[in-house]
Amino acid sequence: MRVQRFWSIIALIFGFTYFALPLIGTLEFSLRARRGVYSLDAYRSVLSDPQFRETFSYSIVMAIFTIFVGALIVVPTAYWVRLKLPRLRPVVEFITLLPLVIPPIVIVFGYIRLYNTSSFLPMTGSVTGTNILLMLGYTTLSLPYMYRAVDTGLRTLDVATLTEAAQSLGAGWTTIIARLILPNVLVAVLSGAFITFAIVIGEFVLASLLNRPAFGPYMQLVGANKAYEPAALAVIAFSITWICMGLIQLVTRFSKHTKAQR
Amino acid sequence: MPFAIFAALFLILPTMYIVIGAFRSADGGFTFANLVNLFQPSILASYWISIKISLATAVFGCLIGFGMAAAVTLGGLPNWLRGPIMTFSGVASNFAGVPLAFAFLATLGRLGLVTVVLKQWFGFNIYAHGFNLLSFFGLTITYLFFQIPLMILIITPALDGLKREWKEAASILGASGFQYWRIVALPILWPSLLGTLALLFANSFGAVATAYALTGSSLSIVPIMLYAQIRGDVLQDPHLGYALAFGMIVITGIANFVYVWLRVRSERWVK
Repeated sequence: MRVQRFWSIIALIFGFTYFALPLIGTLEFSLRARRGVYSLDAYRSVLSDPQFRETFSYSIVMAIFTIFVGALIVVPTAYWVRLKLPRLRPVVEFITLLPLVIPPIVIVFGYIRLYNTSSFLPMTGSVTGTNILLMLGYTTLSLPYMYRAVDTGLRTLDVATLTEAAQSLGAGWTTIIARLILPNVLVAVLSGAFITFAIVIGEFVLASLLNRPAFGPYMQLVGANKAYEPAALAVIAFSITWICMGLIQLVTRFSKHTKAQR
Repeated sequence: MPFAIFAALFLILPTMYIVIGAFRSADGGFTFANLVNLFQPSILASYWISIKISLATAVFGCLIGFGMAAAVTLGGLPNWLRGPIMTFSGVASNFAGVPLAFAFLATLGRLGLVTVVLKQWFGFNIYAHGFNLLSFFGLTITYLFFQIPLMILIITPALDGLKREWKEAASILGASGFQYWRIVALPILWPSLLGTLALLFANSFGAVATAYALTGSSLSIVPIMLYAQIRGDVLQDPHLGYALAFGMIVITGIANFVYVWLRVRSERWVK
């Protein structure tokens, strides 16, 4: 036991060093913009850059739309599969995992060729079309996380009984999904939403290849042209991921709390 | 059913389009020529370096991640450590892409913190000793930052599944700690370990953003080559691009298939 503990501590110290150093390094680097003293110049320069604000708000809007559309697609599907088509579950699960198998760059390559201006659905022809395509691409990327979260959320419900109860009170399908299922899996949807948010904000490949002014390509551009600002951006991006994961934990804990009260 | 339409339009069809494109000649006929064309030295070399990097990050990610997960679950460390470590793993495994490249440039780049500290305090210039962040080794170190946490996240439940009774039974029968690991624990964990290895491999094989932001297009791994091809047809043959993408699907597909298959096998023991 003592030997084990010794090695555990060694492993932990090693891991801590490896993971802490880049974070400390980035933080330190981002403060070095002014010669000789630590300053927030890099952050000031980043935050005052109009392009930063534009791309950042563009990505936030994108993330919100993605979450909305993702929930709209995933919640009814997961519910329907659980209720009526349990045999199809492995198939649907397999499809939702595909975005992890097919590299995003291949998926977007397919989009560009399939939806170009001379195709049956010329989405890349207009700005709005491309925006929608990008949003749907993000929805695809977030599918594995969203579906899993919602499906786990549904597992704790007795879907069949709830549905029958609602139906005998005269509720239609829309009412059932919007007022019965959604509130019950809201926590799951939220935790899927935060992961989606973290993914969309930093995503680079899709936005860059579809030529949309998102935060990811902007970061890449800054990285290629400036010295200290990239480190500041990395700190900002890391904090966003951290906040998203923190919110997931918070939301899950909150849900456990409400369940314990019942 | 909206899901079926969505999946078909934005997941299946685009992929099918690429796959079919890989088997199509310029005038639309069926051909294997595109795939055969993949076997030219420059493309083979980039596949090879991609596979090497993915393999290296997967193997090291697996080993180190396993070590850390074992330390957290079985190492007799205080319990409160576990929560923060798992949360941090969740964060770090999602912290890929462009910012990760920045973080490592700021740490191990020519002016990075570690580089500077080593030079000023110990008079040791890692760049003079052949280290370069924009290389195979540098990329491997960088990728490990999201590979290790992913390993920790996936393998911890498996390690929790090791029942204490097994260990007790083994030690009653006179097994040493080493024997317990070699004869009992590792064979049970084996499928999970190999499966996660395959998953990590696929994970780093498809990653573009980090490598692109780190090296520009100087290190020609497959995803970066494909990226350049989509942007500007650098291979001067659009169908070769399809073939390149098809090759990526095949490799990550195999890796994921191995993962799923081994996962099913390993779940027989962990109930």
